[in-house]
Amino acid sequence: MTSAGGKVFNVALSVGIATGVYGISFGALSITAGFDIWQTIALSVLMFSGGSQFAFVAVGFSDLATAVTSAWLVGVRNGFYALSLAPVLETKGVRKILASQLTIDESAAVSTSRESLEEQRKGFWLTGISVFVFWNLATVLGAFLGQQIGDPETFGLDAAAAAALFALVWPRIQKSSGAIVAAVAVIGSVLFSLVLPSGPPVLLGAFLAVLVGFQLNRGKRE
Amino acid sequence: MNSWIAVLAASVAVFSWKFLGHLVPRKFLESKFLQELAGYLTIALLAGLVGVQSFVSSNSTTGQQSVVFDSRFVALIVAAILLKLRAPFLVVVLAAAGCAALLRLVF
Repeated sequence: MTSAGGKVFNVALSVGIATGVYGISFGALSITAGFDIWQTIALSVLMFSGGSQFAFVAVGFSDLATAVTSAWLVGVRNGFYALSLAPVLETKGVRKILASQLTIDESAAVSTSRESLEEQRKGFWLTGISVFVFWNLATVLGAFLGQQIGDPETFGLDAAAAAALFALVWPRIQKSSGAIVAAVAVIGSVLFSLVLPSGPPVLLGAFLAVLVGFQLNRGKRE
Repeated sequence: MNSWIAVLAASVAVFSWKFLGHLVPRKFLESKFLQELAGYLTIALLAGLVGVQSFVSSNSTTGQQSVVFDSRFVALIVAAILLKLRAPFLVVVLAAAGCAALLRLVF
């Protein structure tokens, strides 16, 4: 292995360890949201996309249909990573399915940060596998920690769930258009909650915010 | 809906985007509209969830929801300050939890 290859390996490893921290939070929050340990593990293995998983357990049992819809819509960005990764990876058959499952924020980011094609491929696979391993180990650890906690509110875990989602959205609201979309979504979702049962308000608020976002862009172009 | 069905359905739904992206021709990538939609949807849904989780309270007997500014709001401000200071994820989450727990213990 060349020295540059070794560097990709180190990056992949450290990204994996870093995401493990999110995994612990996810495992604990999923358990305190009411999902059992096998469901929690299934989410990390099968869904394997942090934003979608946090969204899923945040809505959780209050409205399972909305939980599914939220997870699905939060995951749409992975499709765009996949679009740009496909010509780099050139996978077929089972490898295409594996590549799809490993297509997440981290693997896409490391891959696109590399220059040569070989490095981009290595970056994708090593980071994807590394995050998958650490994310799932951390989920199990977090789930066991979650089981030791009685009433989640005593430990402020409802606030922890909101803070985790906030931290995930934070890098995306540093540009003014992102911040405005986020603000509209917050206000819209909260106000819709006054007249509708939990679940749909988040989707309606998000829809409204996306419309505002497009309006902002149109204003900029004209 | 059974919770296992929800877990599996959501997993398949999330996977569908990933797989679709690896299957369709590259020209879809050039759609500015779709790229913007994906970016805004992620922001809007995550932010909306933050809002509902932080400011909406549900009456346990009537189910009636109301807007409240309680310990969760203070926790969110603490999280924002720490994110601004580039604190690591775990620090942000633990500080928010600790803040809410402490306020509940005192008041």
